[in-house]
Amino acid sequence: MLRTIVAGLIGLVFGTGIAISGMGNPAKVLNFFDIAGTWDPSLALVMAGALVLSAIGYRFVLRRPEPVLEARFHLPTGRKLDLPLLSGSAAFGIGWGISGFCPGGAVPALGLGEPSAWIFVGAMLAGIAAARTIRLALEARITQPA
Amino acid sequence: MTEFTPLASLFGGALIGLSAVLLMAFHGRIAGMTGILTGLMPPMSSDWAWRAAFVAGAIAAPALVLTLSGQTIPFDSPVPTPWIIIGGLIVGGGVYFGSGCTSGHGVCGIARLSPRSIAATATFMATATATVFVVRHVLGGF
Repeated sequence: MLRTIVAGLIGLVFGTGIAISGMGNPAKVLNFFDIAGTWDPSLALVMAGALVLSAIGYRFVLRRPEPVLEARFHLPTGRKLDLPLLSGSAAFGIGWGISGFCPGGAVPALGLGEPSAWIFVGAMLAGIAAARTIRLALEARITQPA
Repeated sequence: MTEFTPLASLFGGALIGLSAVLLMAFHGRIAGMTGILTGLMPPMSSDWAWRAAFVAGAIAAPALVLTLSGQTIPFDSPVPTPWIIIGGLIVGGGVYFGSGCTSGHGVCGIARLSPRSIAATATFMATATATVFVVRHVLGGF
């Protein structure tokens, strides 16, 4: 129960950061990428602020033996730069550049009641579900005996 | 045009970073929206409760900001609906295969100096910039 409540409060901090920073505003995001046009460099400062806090904070946190409310840290261990990572990330950037929404920006925008955010998140979840189905089908084919 | 907002963006970014540090400190988890959402989709992961709470908190945040500050949050979506749907589908597939998005790779991963996250972030920033250039300056779109 405590874990759930604390996660909700941390989500509130995350969403507040998105709302204040402008990261959930598609017009602002698209202008950040439009270096040749109506460039708005604000989002570089969002990344800078987020990275300073997280890089310093992680140093202290990850030195501890375990997190406060869980038995262990869940950290990704992969180090390989493989095709799914790079092609998936390339596709994500294309979709971000088309729509102006990224997942972390769109979810707090749902709370604004903006229809475009709901449409985007619906399509994005459908995309995740489709990708998961494709991956499972591919893995099933690979593991099938010849 | 959108106004350059250095202070608000820096402060908002710091809050995003703070949330990443807190979620690692309390739950030992990466504060990446892609990973958190994927665990909420069927078949739901067994630890769905903290994920649902994080998402609910994020959705509730704009109302809180509005109540506390009394100021509206600027929002403008210039993209036609069919393109939002196409963009959303591509983003969903991309972040699933790419194992993360701006929050997971761009903030949490780079903060840990993960080579995969640095490569992923460089890639999606580059393709997003190229896409906006093509849409706006080659095709003359939104």
